Amino acid sequence: MQPIALGIADVSHAYGGRTVVRGVTLTVAPGELVCLVGPSGCGKTTLLRIAAGLEELQQGRIMIDGCAVAEPGYVVPPEARGVGFVFQDYALFPHLTVARNVAFGLHKLPPRERAARVRDVLSKVGMAEYADAYPHQLSGGQQQRVALARALAPRPRVMLLDEPFSGLDTRLREQIRDDTLHVLKDSGAATLMVTHDPEEAMFMADRLAVMRAGRIEQEGTPVDIYTRPATAFVASFFGQLNELVGVVRNGAVYTPFGAIATPGLGDGTKVDVLIRPEGLRLSVADGRGSSAVAAQVMTSRLLGRSSWIHLRLLTGDAAWGEGHVGHFHFHVRVPGRYLPREGEILQVGLDPAQAFVFPAQDTR
Amino acid sequence: MPTASRPLTLSSPALRLDGWGVGAAVFATLVAVPVLVVLGSLLMPFTDAWAHLAATVLPRYVVNSIWLMLGVGLGVVLLGVPTAWLVTMTRFPGVRIFEWALILPLASPAYVIGYTYTGLLDYAGPVQSALRAAFGWSAGDYWFPDMRSLGGAIIVLTLVFYPYVYLLARAAFLNQSVCALEVSRTLGRTAWQSFTHVALPLARPAIVGGVALALMETLSDFGTVQYFGVDTFTTGIYRTWLGIGEPVAALQLAAVLLVFVFAVLLLEQWSRGEQRYHHTSRYYRRLPTYPLRGMHAAGAWLMCAFPVVFGFLVPAAALAVWTVENAALALDPAFHQLLRNTLILAAGGAVITVLAAVLLAYALRLRGGTFVRVAARMATLGYAVPGAVVAVGILLPCVRLDNWIDATARDLFGAGTGLLMSGTLVAVIYAYVVRFLAVAFNPIEAGLGRITHSMDGAARVLGASPAATLMRVHAPLMAGSVLTATILVLVDVIKELPATLLMRPFNFDTLAVRTYQLAADERLAEAALPSMTIVAVGIVPVILLSLAIARSRPGDSGA
Repeated sequence: MQPIALGIADVSHAYGGRTVVRGVTLTVAPGELVCLVGPSGCGKTTLLRIAAGLEELQQGRIMIDGCAVAEPGYVVPPEARGVGFVFQDYALFPHLTVARNVAFGLHKLPPRERAARVRDVLSKVGMAEYADAYPHQLSGGQQQRVALARALAPRPRVMLLDEPFSGLDTRLREQIRDDTLHVLKDSGAATLMVTHDPEEAMFMADRLAVMRAGRIEQEGTPVDIYTRPATAFVASFFGQLNELVGVVRNGAVYTPFGAIATPGLGDGTKVDVLIRPEGLRLSVADGRGSSAVAAQVMTSRLLGRSSWIHLRLLTGDAAWGEGHVGHFHFHVRVPGRYLPREGEILQVGLDPAQAFVFPAQDTR
Repeated sequence: MPTASRPLTLSSPALRLDGWGVGAAVFATLVAVPVLVVLGSLLMPFTDAWAHLAATVLPRYVVNSIWLMLGVGLGVVLLGVPTAWLVTMTRFPGVRIFEWALILPLASPAYVIGYTYTGLLDYAGPVQSALRAAFGWSAGDYWFPDMRSLGGAIIVLTLVFYPYVYLLARAAFLNQSVCALEVSRTLGRTAWQSFTHVALPLARPAIVGGVALALMETLSDFGTVQYFGVDTFTTGIYRTWLGIGEPVAALQLAAVLLVFVFAVLLLEQWSRGEQRYHHTSRYYRRLPTYPLRGMHAAGAWLMCAFPVVFGFLVPAAALAVWTVENAALALDPAFHQLLRNTLILAAGGAVITVLAAVLLAYALRLRGGTFVRVAARMATLGYAVPGAVVAVGILLPCVRLDNWIDATARDLFGAGTGLLMSGTLVAVIYAYVVRFLAVAFNPIEAGLGRITHSMDGAARVLGASPAATLMRVHAPLMAGSVLTATILVLVDVIKELPATLLMRPFNFDTLAVRTYQLAADERLAEAALPSMTIVAVGIVPVILLSLAIARSRPGDSGA
């Protein structure tokens, strides 16, 4: 069994009467980067603060390096847990220079070693020449790097990051999170990072935990979660979907794009069918192929790496069940540049691996 | 090493009655006591003394107070709003100096300005003497306005209190959305129309707030109205307490005064709510300013110079001359005794008030429950309560308590304890805490607000214990705010007259008290030295304020 650097066991938490974390269990191995991802208000930041000891544990247990640091009746204060924490607002001390901010957690080292460590960790994040600057003189990206360096300086066993990139603008964010990923991986610390941005989570994480309403809805590698979402919520969280409703008949649900097998769902079950925009293939309508579904292009747009095409279904409206009236509007993503003209008729095919069926009561 | 310890949360959402909550409650109660005592006096039997007061002087107090409030309210708007607009939105020679010089009149307590103008303008003063010499008039040949009148009091109070309106209106004009003004211009309104249709309505809550502060000070004023012979509640309280010796009737007068104060306080609270609503934009840009030339510039210059010259320069110059003429008094040991007494009171008052404010601010931060918030709000309402009211509200319970302890001690031990509270420094300083807690609390709360909760968290996670967090993060970041708070209270204590006059230990004279006594004895020239000293001290916070104004000119700094 892999050793565990950070263990969160059956933690629940409530503010007043409102429960925000419900029985969450999660572990992070040394050197592993786990992203806790979910919409705002799902309890992910609270969980992170409980792990750091900034929030009082109410129920459950927190383990660091195999030792309990918090369980009911026993609490190790945050200063004795050996964790690093990067705050969403960075929380740099405004009265201290960059170097002294980074040295803040190194008060137990002799001065010479302390200075060396500060230099070392600042150069790791590329901020060595700003050692004597004050936080207000730095840009947002520079402040983020200093916050990261300050958290890493005492060589914590566990790093906790709370939305560390949310204060940065889009272009800077990509650069900084790339740098941060490598610095964290080099440090060897077990990292738990909180984010609401699914793309960011997939970029950073070895493993993802998708949280919703205080619970972990699914845990796994980014590939697992993207290709085998456990719930409709998880599927839709990682990208816009074409949504249909249907009813299971003979072990399958019929859609205008063809039948999708529904193992484990009884006949008559109402289901939601979610199809990723890249799960639909477009080809020139040549009339061949009996299962061909025809659609008319409404608009097409180049988004850079891919093209985004709005289509209107021309055939099969009656074939796929109740609840839909009029023309069905759906989206297809095609890699690269593909911009069919407005009004053009195309043929649509389905990749069943990118279509997901869930019982309909699973609300998003 | 992991050690067991009590869970130490940094923010607890639950309403809890622990040490912080209890502390906040104690301060709130202490501040509320004088007010409750005063209001409670309405439940005490109304004596013959009250009937006499009600039949004779009470109507005069009410009428005078209303005239004062109307006159000062109008005056401070007329001086404060145009000057604020001119320095914020226009450019003319000297505008940068006026920007801070316009708050100079705040340095001096109203009574000092009142004494000074009386000295300048009365029959024997330099102005009338010069007129007589120039035209060969003698007494009775000519009419000259009497400074010592209701009108004179209105002029003096206006000249001293207009900076409240100026400061708040200026802040409102600075914070106004540039966009709103620009939209107005693009929609075809002129600069003047933009002012009246956009800027003024947006700034109205701030202006009302400034007027409310000026009116609170007007209602609190004792020195000026007493000297000018304008009978108001504060002079009535003083006379009823010390002259007639009717403490209960004095309390009942104070209660009526509180009704006026509460009305103004409601006005001020309303204006605060409105301001919160209007301040939506966090981003500033350089405000578009209109350069003024020729007659316009001269007019703007005169408008701004008028309150500075008459509110500060003329009285300060007169005081300076009289001080020099009586310079020998500075060597008098009696004067040194005054300085010593003043410093003892000011330092004691400031230190204890600031300590209370720090405790209250931390209670609010660590236990931000409704209970603590309400307690903090109550504890900082003392600024609205006139010094005379605070004084009688504290004195009566103190006297009763002292008498009871003394009598009990006599019964039990056969020896009395004398007066423990009333007429001691304890009672005076208690009054200062009640009156000036808000003065100290506001900068400290603002300073604490700049230390975010995540900074606390960062320090803890980086290995600092709560005590170390306090020393390494809070102490250095709070030092400036605590110093500011201390200076502000120090100066306010030095300027405070009625509370000190009523509550000081026997023969324990301060600068303010001595100034008042000398003026009452018509020894205005001798009053110049203590007056000048008070003004010199009063300049300090004004300088601090000016520096803050210079620093916080949004739109000037940054790209």
